[in-house]
Amino acid sequence: MTFRKYLVLAGVMFCAAIGDSLLSRGMKQVGGVSLDHLPKVILAVLNPSVALGILLLLGFFASYMTALSWADLTFVLPATSLGYVVLTLIAKFYLHETVSTTRWIGILLISAGVGFVTQGPELTHHPAKHAPKEECVAVPAGEKP
Amino acid sequence: MMQAYAWGAIVGIALTSTLGDVLLSRAMKQVGDVGQLWDSHGLWTVVGRVLRNPNFLLGVLAMTAAFYTLLLGLSWSDVSLIAPASASLTFVFNAVAAKLFLHERVDHRRWLAALCVAGGVVLLAA
Repeated sequence: MTFRKYLVLAGVMFCAAIGDSLLSRGMKQVGGVSLDHLPKVILAVLNPSVALGILLLLGFFASYMTALSWADLTFVLPATSLGYVVLTLIAKFYLHETVSTTRWIGILLISAGVGFVTQGPELTHHPAKHAPKEECVAVPAGEKP
Repeated sequence: MMQAYAWGAIVGIALTSTLGDVLLSRAMKQVGDVGQLWDSHGLWTVVGRVLRNPNFLLGVLAMTAAFYTLLLGLSWSDVSLIAPASASLTFVFNAVAAKLFLHERVDHRRWLAALCVAGGVVLLAA
């Protein structure tokens, strides 16, 4: 793992946590959306917090795609799990949501569980082995290919 | 009733996210290491290869469905429940999907992690 790869994983983690928090604040401002008024959820993107949240989620998406190009899916997801802790801290101290002790333990368990994965290799499946091989045409001796 | 809606949204987010994750992961493995490709061929080559990949386009479609389900879920419940619960459930679904469809080697360490995450989800719902 290079420093650049750690930066990419940090980008996935922070952009997702802050982006989700902004979306949450925006959707609270928009108010509850009933199933009878679904178009309201599409117009929610006009809310500034939702719009900024979407921008950060685009940053998340770019970092996430980059990470997936050199690591397993089952490595990238857990490796960025500290984002849940960041998200809970934001929910608690910025959005002033109530986070119970049980939820804290749940989030700690998730982080501990995914910590196992990061001790292993980042890539277990090598696509090149499964990629279609280039066709080889036998060339009779003496002939130019 | 809102709690039932919220959990319906959580499962919906997890299913559509898993589908999106598997398709995007497959697309990016086909594109190759973005860092190396950027260094050797430039940014636009990377962007072109990614945008022309059918798995990428289908993955984005699935992710869009997951995003709007997330917005619905956030309007029904707290972010500290919706986001971690759906993401954790997605992680468990992804472990299974990655083994089945991406042929990743999901060893005992990764399965143990999946069980811990599942336990965390149960605690989040308590």
